[in-house]
Amino acid sequence: MSKEEHRIVKGQVMVPYELALGRTWCHFFDCLKEEKIMGKKCRKCSRVLVPPRSFCPRCFEDMEEWVEVSQEGVVETWVYVNMPFFAQELKIPFISAQIRLDGSDSGFIHQIAGIDLSDFDKVRERVKLGDRVRAVWSTEKKGNILDIAYFEPVK
Amino acid sequence: MGKAVAIIGTGQTKHGRRSDVCYPDLVRESVTTALQDAGITLKDIDGVVLGTMPSMMEGVSSTHFYFAEAMGALNKPVMKVETCGSTGQSIGHCGYYWVASGMADIVLVVGSEKMSEGDGQATMTTVFDPFFQRTFAAGAPGVFTMQSMEWMYRFNIPEDKGREAAAMISVSNHDNAMDNPHAHIRVRVTMDEVKNARIITYPVRLLDVCPASDGACAVIFASEEKAKKICKKPAWIKGLGFRGEEFFYGESDKAIWMSATEAAKEAYKQAGIRNPLKELDVAEIYNPFTYQEMIFYECLGLCPRGEAPDYVLKGTFKKGGQLPCCPSGGTLCSNPIGATGLIRLAEAALQVTGKAGARQVGGAKLALSHAMGGVDQFNGVTIVGSKL
Repeated sequence: MSKEEHRIVKGQVMVPYELALGRTWCHFFDCLKEEKIMGKKCRKCSRVLVPPRSFCPRCFEDMEEWVEVSQEGVVETWVYVNMPFFAQELKIPFISAQIRLDGSDSGFIHQIAGIDLSDFDKVRERVKLGDRVRAVWSTEKKGNILDIAYFEPVK
Repeated sequence: MGKAVAIIGTGQTKHGRRSDVCYPDLVRESVTTALQDAGITLKDIDGVVLGTMPSMMEGVSSTHFYFAEAMGALNKPVMKVETCGSTGQSIGHCGYYWVASGMADIVLVVGSEKMSEGDGQATMTTVFDPFFQRTFAAGAPGVFTMQSMEWMYRFNIPEDKGREAAAMISVSNHDNAMDNPHAHIRVRVTMDEVKNARIITYPVRLLDVCPASDGACAVIFASEEKAKKICKKPAWIKGLGFRGEEFFYGESDKAIWMSATEAAKEAYKQAGIRNPLKELDVAEIYNPFTYQEMIFYECLGLCPRGEAPDYVLKGTFKKGGQLPCCPSGGTLCSNPIGATGLIRLAEAALQVTGKAGARQVGGAKLALSHAMGGVDQFNGVTIVGSKL
């Protein structure tokens, strides 16, 4: 079949949104501005979750108690991302990681940086599962997740 | 379980880059084939279930509107269900529920996707929450790679061993796809080619990853009475399970993966299966990534935790092995996502009715189908058998 029979028409849909954060997440991001990472503790199962939840997903109870967790934790898993796609927020290459912050009971998703990311073989030697990392703060705070600029390996 | 339900017909498109047809025509292709396979007409259909990925995939919202005519749904009840990758299993379950409840005799279930028309990874990234995790998301490869790394670390699986087993999975799926006329990717690959392919998200390489496909699948569910009247060899639904877990990635343990484990347990309980490795004849497991297929072997109870690479290396799941997995070439060789989980079910039905052509596993009587969806959040399993 000729190309003309497989005619492709370009299209795009763009829609702006205004998203309500809610009280719990609003407080979390306010605390990030003060360089504190806050979790919520369930009075029933005693788990501390970061991101904080307004209710415990397992107990279905309101989570009322705020607990400050450590800015250091253990790398539970990570991925080296060198794959571009539309509207990607971070510049590639970057490392996404699941970090268990000390004093919390869930993995926290953020990025590991502060090291040379250009050569993957070097990154592989530098970043290992089970390693300890610590939060590095952005100087200018915007009240979003990138107020923590990244996590860096603890020397 | 409700009333007995059977699959009496299936239809699949040729999957791949289908820029030769517009999206509704692609859907109709699968519907027409399924009706012919069942030997019935639209008049016999009481209701229609449809599922796809989120609307952002092709940029058209609520596609059950767009496809109403293509699905033959005029003057019939229509429902849409979507659970990302597990959509195909979810809609299959809905078809089952509808007939098992006694409220319908024959239900048409359709899954479809036309991934060449959009940006799959950008779409999947919108499944993440907008405040905490989306910034760091890298579509499906990012999540599945994190999960695979965690799994290998948890069970002390050496990197080389994981790599070797994953490469074998890629080679055998590609070999199997050669027998499947519907498959998107039909090329043989070697162990060396897989192990040296371009890195996507380390340790996952290009040949460890499924393609983005266009394709549709239709499956027709019928009550016992209708099935016995219409169909010579129905595939009977023996058991099904569907489970979900927490939305935020990192809140549940993905190396053990409760939703996959419990969905399978529920399906086995309903089907009366105690030793799935022994009792099942064939399995169609959702395997968009080679490494993840090994996690599924463990969650579905086909081998002990941490031992999937050993089972793969000794050929347990290969063609001719103890339990052949994905004789169709699986998700690894065709992934029109909204259709994929239903394709697994259709393939399982073809196997237990002896209609799988060159990919037939000889004498298959009991087959498992499975799919996973979201940010590793949902898992669905359906078991079909040749006997009621």
